[in-house]
Amino acid sequence: MTKQILFIISLAITLGVFAWSVKRLWAFFKLTKPSYPIKNIGARISHTLDVAFGQTKIFRKPVIGLMHALVFWGFLVITLGSIEIVIDGVFGLERSFAFTGWFYDFVMASGDIFALLIIIFIKAFSLRRSILRVKRFSGVEMSSKSYWDAQIALTFIGFLMLSLLAFNVGYISNHPNGYEGVYPVSAAIVNLVNADLGWLQEPGWWVHILLIFAFANYLPYSKHFHVFLSVPNVFLANLEPLTKYPNLESITKEVKLMLDPEAAYDESEEVARFGVKDVEDVSWKNYMDSLACTQCGRCTDVCPANITGKLLSPRKIFVDLRKRMDEKGPIAIKGEDDGKSLLRDYITEEELWACTTCNACAQECPIDISHPNLIMDMRRYLVMEEAAAPAELNAMFTNIENNGAPWQFSPEDRLKWTEG
Amino acid sequence: MTDKKLHVPVMADLAAKGEKPEYLYWVGCAGAFDDRYQKVARAFAKILNHLEVSYAVLGKEESCTGDAAKRAGNEMLFQMQAMQNIEVLNGYEVDKIICTCPHCYNTLKNEYPELGGNYNVINYTEFLDEMIQAGKLKLENNPFKGESITYHDPCYLGRGNKIYDAPRNVVKAVFGDVKELKRSKSFGLCCGAGGAQMFKETEKGDKEVNIERTEEIIERKVDKVASACPFCMTMLTDGIKLKNKESELQNLDVAEIIEKALEL
Repeated sequence: MTKQILFIISLAITLGVFAWSVKRLWAFFKLTKPSYPIKNIGARISHTLDVAFGQTKIFRKPVIGLMHALVFWGFLVITLGSIEIVIDGVFGLERSFAFTGWFYDFVMASGDIFALLIIIFIKAFSLRRSILRVKRFSGVEMSSKSYWDAQIALTFIGFLMLSLLAFNVGYISNHPNGYEGVYPVSAAIVNLVNADLGWLQEPGWWVHILLIFAFANYLPYSKHFHVFLSVPNVFLANLEPLTKYPNLESITKEVKLMLDPEAAYDESEEVARFGVKDVEDVSWKNYMDSLACTQCGRCTDVCPANITGKLLSPRKIFVDLRKRMDEKGPIAIKGEDDGKSLLRDYITEEELWACTTCNACAQECPIDISHPNLIMDMRRYLVMEEAAAPAELNAMFTNIENNGAPWQFSPEDRLKWTEG
Repeated sequence: MTDKKLHVPVMADLAAKGEKPEYLYWVGCAGAFDDRYQKVARAFAKILNHLEVSYAVLGKEESCTGDAAKRAGNEMLFQMQAMQNIEVLNGYEVDKIICTCPHCYNTLKNEYPELGGNYNVINYTEFLDEMIQAGKLKLENNPFKGESITYHDPCYLGRGNKIYDAPRNVVKAVFGDVKELKRSKSFGLCCGAGGAQMFKETEKGDKEVNIERTEEIIERKVDKVASACPFCMTMLTDGIKLKNKESELQNLDVAEIIEKALEL
């Protein structure tokens, strides 16, 4: 009974803190603009099965991809076990899902094996960060906070798995005459160790579930929020061709007016601003992308501008967006302004103009972030609100306006190529 | 051979005679004005003539699709260009459009429909591939015998619109084989010219993107590199020139390969 009460109290605290974090983020989301409509649910489901559950984009780097995929699939089965633990804890039961029979055996066995695999891979991931110095894990946007964030999350996960194994080992030891589920790794440990390990069951159980509670509340403030957000982010992804850059509807209205002066002007639909200058101008999807980004750097790794030493790093655009929202969000909610903006105080014009819109970043992103579209949204602000394009681009605009071509040639000469 | 005037039907002339061609060939600004790419436009028109395809070009009525303006942030200019072009295209009741330039292709196919321009937009590599498959384009000659070739994926064709196989099939139909670059298909490296980079100086860095790509192509030790985009062509040709490799390595457009194979 005491165990039950203690558990319910910890669960209530966990949910309370989590709800507070969600409320804070929800208020930030309310500052953002609409995005594309979420339609084609069938296509979205199959896309999610492919990219999220099938990990197809993760596998574009096969070795590290396989390790990530195994950790991800392991998490899926272990999550089922965690749900069972919560139900057991609340109602004072033991192994309440055991009635599912072979399914239970399958889930428990894979969870038990995955726990060991995850411990090994997590250690490898951690060493890779501290020793191997993978190029994409460095960069101006990768502060020491980001490094420690990764190491803390990896440590969390490591202890989550250790405690799960401890719980399983203890459980087996306490039931010498038969138990629910199958635990190949834990059973092997029990056989190898010539001592009574039954005492591990309770502390293993508590440490495991309390770590899950703590981890869940750490995530909303960490780049590892992707544990929660990456699957929904893939589901809500932009399914259009990568190089389709959406037309601005507010401009369509203006252009129609210019071409047809008789059209009625609807003054109620005044647009505040063209393009993106600060966090209030981005769409909710852009902001969600920034929260879901794990900063893996696969985008920056393939960016032609970054490869050739330019300032642009596609990852930085989204890291900056999240940081800026943390700073501006609370101020904007109060209706105030701090005189700073995402553009210039975080992201420089030099970065924005270096993008070739090749979409290698978007192609690579395991959670389907579209970096070029946000970069071009910021160019829109620079060009249409401030006329701040590089001089050569202004010349190109003038050529298109006057000659209908980006170069200075007369439209009268458009058939000269046929003359040879 | 290259200085001969080509017979290229113009939409307005056909309309005056009450005729409507099956295809509109969208030449694009590079095809019309860029010295090097004019040759590609000529090559493709010759192929269309050879196939006796019913087509026409807009000629003086064609205007920039607005791609570069849009990607440089000038949505206003883009939409003005788009609306004007759509008015012309709809005026001629155009149905099928063939593009050589992948930037024009992407814009016409993906960004015009919402503005009222709904067409069946075809990339010329898809068109050529289809003609070869259907047996209409017979390629018995290989003027490049003994030479090897690689293919550089234009971003707006490959990653942007998932056209990877068609251009390779066309090149293979003549060369027999295409050697892949280290970074190819969806992993392909940009030439450096997209997103309006073509029209401006690059930002400070330690290398130009086209040099990075050219070095990769040189490393592949091939005699030719095929491409399917006017911007890629400029960037790769410049890269090869800068690396002083013009005598060993040449950049050809997919259409030029067919033109040479057919001896047009």
